[in-house]
Amino acid sequence: MNLRMSAGPHFVARESTQTLMLDVLIALIPTTAAGVYLFGLRAAWVLAVSVISAVLAEFVWQKLARKPVRVNDLSAAVTGLILGLNMPAEVPLWLPAIGSIIAILLVKQLFGGIGQNFMNPAMLARGIMLVSWPAQMTVYTLPMRVLGSTSVVPSPDAVSAATALIRPSAYNPYDLLVGNIPGTVGEVCKLAIIIGFLYMLFVGTISWHIPVTFVGSVALLSWILGSDPWMAILSGGVLFGAVFMATDYVTNPLLKVGHIIFGIGCGIIVVVIRKFGGYPEGVTFAILLMNTVTPLIDRWTKRRVYGTVKKHG
Amino acid sequence: MGKKQTMRGVFINGVLNENPVFRLVLGVCPILAATTSATNGLGMGVAATFVLLGSNIVISLLRNFIPAKVRIPAYIVVISTFVTVVQMLIQAFVPSLYDALGIFIPLIVVNCIILARAEAFAGKNSVLHSAADGLGMGLGFTLALILIGMVREIIGNGSVFGLDILGPTFQPMLIAIMAPGGFILFGLILGIVNSIVSKIAKRSAGKGVKA
Repeated sequence: MNLRMSAGPHFVARESTQTLMLDVLIALIPTTAAGVYLFGLRAAWVLAVSVISAVLAEFVWQKLARKPVRVNDLSAAVTGLILGLNMPAEVPLWLPAIGSIIAILLVKQLFGGIGQNFMNPAMLARGIMLVSWPAQMTVYTLPMRVLGSTSVVPSPDAVSAATALIRPSAYNPYDLLVGNIPGTVGEVCKLAIIIGFLYMLFVGTISWHIPVTFVGSVALLSWILGSDPWMAILSGGVLFGAVFMATDYVTNPLLKVGHIIFGIGCGIIVVVIRKFGGYPEGVTFAILLMNTVTPLIDRWTKRRVYGTVKKHG
Repeated sequence: MGKKQTMRGVFINGVLNENPVFRLVLGVCPILAATTSATNGLGMGVAATFVLLGSNIVISLLRNFIPAKVRIPAYIVVISTFVTVVQMLIQAFVPSLYDALGIFIPLIVVNCIILARAEAFAGKNSVLHSAADGLGMGLGFTLALILIGMVREIIGNGSVFGLDILGPTFQPMLIAIMAPGGFILFGLILGIVNSIVSKIAKRSAGKGVKA
């Protein structure tokens, strides 16, 4: 008889990296569909280029570095898709390609591959691109098509416009909610993001702590500082960032208390950058900054190990 | 310094085996600040080499007169004298470089490489050896700065020594000539150079075993 000896625990969970990433991809379907509908075929090209180059970059690196090829865990595809959704539809197509390569090689693989990166790969790649090619990364256009009847005039010729954050009052709440506004491919349709959030919450991919505290603190702080809290949430990238990027397992704290600190910290930095900084939006930098303090949060919120004595008890 | 080194050995040691940038990782502040272009890297390298050569010679000459307890202040006085000379020379003859490097010229005074060589080498060795060490370390520093400056200038500006080489269609990656890009590219270049060096060392060690 061939008995295999192994250390406990002996439970086999259904979850693997692959199934978790698949759930994230499913949650991104509404956002992706809405983005492609609103911004047309051009948006689909941007997303395709970013996903394919992310997967290729991971595959080629793992082959060249003689590491086990783990493209099947879908994490590179998720990174590529989130990065593509973070770009305006009218970017030149070399940008998503370079962005995905930066995300996978520089941010993820150089630090040891999946689970070892200290910043969210898509987020840091977007930050680097925003600083490097500010003109190309902020060419926002009005949607080609609109959802429902609205006062916004759709423009098939890609009329460039400022991000809705500059003057959110120009759009009514319905347009802000369904995404009839200029912005990046993924951030505009808030309704689709909320559907994705509810799906991930339902299947247990993420917990509510980070997204709710993140969005809540943005709303509260904007209200305190005298702007419309609904506009603050619905006009920029807060929802997309809070649901899909701040919740990255690798780069946020371990415990629920840590999640709440993380979310509130992100919210405060976003509002501070929007109100007092040079950039109209601060979600990218907020999440990156909180990524870097994640180890500190983990240290502050460390639970006492059962059976040990408190230091100052 | 257990065994007597040849002057040629001391010189080559500074450029290769103990390259201040890639092997000792000293003076990271000027490395990051002065490598926004190959020209700036060259300028900073030459200025630091001049100071290093001068301070190494003078400190070596005075090594038997400086009391051990106050040697650091004494070294700093010697070094800052040479830095002041360099600063005035650059300001007078290359004002554009003076504007580009700004505060980082006077800051050569606190450059770790210079004080480290004074402490570790010039205070214990003869004048000629100290001069060779200063020249070698300075050359190693300069070559490294030019290499990093070239990479950052190509990526961030599409040019080398101010000459446009990638044409007007190239969209420069601005972050390369900003501080965060400096950190990232310095780290990457450091890693690449050291992996090449260790590979060469392994190969030559293997040959030694066979022979």
